[in-house]
Amino acid sequence: MNKKKELAIKYLFTALAFASLVFLIGIVLVLFKEALPIFTKVSPGAFLFGESWYPTAEPPEFGILPLILASLWVTAGALVICVPLGVGSALYLHELAGPRQRAVLKPVIEILASVPSIIYGFFGMVILAPLLQNSFDLPIGLCVLTTGIILGVMAAPTVASISEDALSYVPRSFREASFAVGADRWQTLTKVIIPAAGSGISTAIILGMSRAIGETMTVLMVAGGSAVIPRSIFDPVRPMTAAIAAEMGEAPVGSDHYHALFAIALILFLITFVFNIAAEFISRRFRLKLGLSR
Amino acid sequence: MKKRNIIQKLGFSALFACMAANILFLGTIIFFIAARGLGAINWEFLTQAPRDSMTAGGVAPAIVGTFYLTSGAVLFALPLGVACAVYLTEYSPKGWIVNLLRISINNLAGVPSVVFGLFGLTVFVKYAGFGVSILSGSLTLGILALPVIISASQEALTAVPQSTREASLALGATQWETIRRVVLPAALPGILTGVILSVGRVAGETAPILFTAAAFYLKGYPHSVFSEVMALPYHIYALMTEGTHPEIQTRIAYGSSLLLLALVLSVSMLAIFIRARQRKTYHA
Repeated sequence: MNKKKELAIKYLFTALAFASLVFLIGIVLVLFKEALPIFTKVSPGAFLFGESWYPTAEPPEFGILPLILASLWVTAGALVICVPLGVGSALYLHELAGPRQRAVLKPVIEILASVPSIIYGFFGMVILAPLLQNSFDLPIGLCVLTTGIILGVMAAPTVASISEDALSYVPRSFREASFAVGADRWQTLTKVIIPAAGSGISTAIILGMSRAIGETMTVLMVAGGSAVIPRSIFDPVRPMTAAIAAEMGEAPVGSDHYHALFAIALILFLITFVFNIAAEFISRRFRLKLGLSR
Repeated sequence: MKKRNIIQKLGFSALFACMAANILFLGTIIFFIAARGLGAINWEFLTQAPRDSMTAGGVAPAIVGTFYLTSGAVLFALPLGVACAVYLTEYSPKGWIVNLLRISINNLAGVPSVVFGLFGLTVFVKYAGFGVSILSGSLTLGILALPVIISASQEALTAVPQSTREASLALGATQWETIRRVVLPAALPGILTGVILSVGRVAGETAPILFTAAAFYLKGYPHSVFSEVMALPYHIYALMTEGTHPEIQTRIAYGSSLLLLALVLSVSMLAIFIRARQRKTYHA
């Protein structure tokens, strides 16, 4: 009797444990099911590489190249900001901050990583966009530049936090060996510690990138929303996430536009999926390299 | 020898500059929102519903809505998340299952929030027929919170010393009794941290509730789990993009942003504080 109960409980936990997998598969199924109908109207090639996105025109045009390029431009902008800020902060925390400073800065960075994206979007809209507009004399403040800066600042704490973890896994003996052969602290940092933590740091950067490309509210508010192929960093753009969030409310259920938006979501999902798998793969190799079991 | 010292000096200054810039940027954001938001917040702002087409009154229904959505999400994600963590740490399944689950949890954590919104729209709003409602929104947010709760619970469970479990089993307790009476109580503060962290995350999310729960303006408060709700983050977005009085609305948006920011920051501060104390007890 007791044994049966134990077994029943074990099976219950096993079943519940698979919830994440079920949801992940559910998301994939939903995206495919709702996205595929659009490809009976537009070929996948024309969808991906079409240069005009006029979903409500007559006849509608479903080319998402402008949206994909917009996402890539703002993500690249974010990387330019968040890699030096994030990795630099992590190195500072690891190498230069005393125990006291670290005890304050580490939690502060973690707390800052939890600031909601809507707050960044709001700040970008009311403070940063007018500021950049005035200082660069732009026709519109909501553009690639503004979005890149905001996304970069937003991803920096995440990158810093994960990089710092990676640095802290580098065994002490690496550093001591380097000092023993006469290297100074900077040489030890750049020639020994950074290479040893390199794959951990790349994981952090990939995850930061994944966060930037999937970010919705911020880009919806500060990217400017115009669905044309960007020519300069001062152009307003409409990244993929912004297109979905802005247009879903107006697209009639079951229409071509509706399915096209799901197809954008599918592509977005696949991009972040590849990023996450890459991060997983690299970080596993990193743990093996340093001889860590977890 | 001299050149080496200069390079080191320059390098370290650059690192300091990165750290300073990081803190400065985020400090600026918080400063502006606090400075301009404080003026908008008063008793009426916290307790009244919006009036005169969003130009007067307060944001009370949005606060209540955020509270409902967040509680619903946690109620849904907590049992699932803890069960998953217990399974992974206590029932020590085969290696490939652990890997599969870990990969799916990590990937779920990386899914863009707007994609969760579309999933919720299709599955909860449409297929299940819950409509645009608190229920649909909570379930969608719950899936988003699941990875956070799982990883915090897993960390808490792993931190419980193996000898504690062995002692309980040696006294004749079954595995379930050991988990329920010994392991879970010991891991409780850590699990609590996960819950609080997920509250902070969920309360600020906007994209998942865009099509599953949120409404710009509602008369009065929601009546049941099938009602639409107002929510703080969505309210900020709506104030900035809709309506006809941008200036007055921006002021209200500052107030709402400060409120949301204070809520999320204090919640995550609490979680990090509890976790720091917890880690100290185990490492001492």
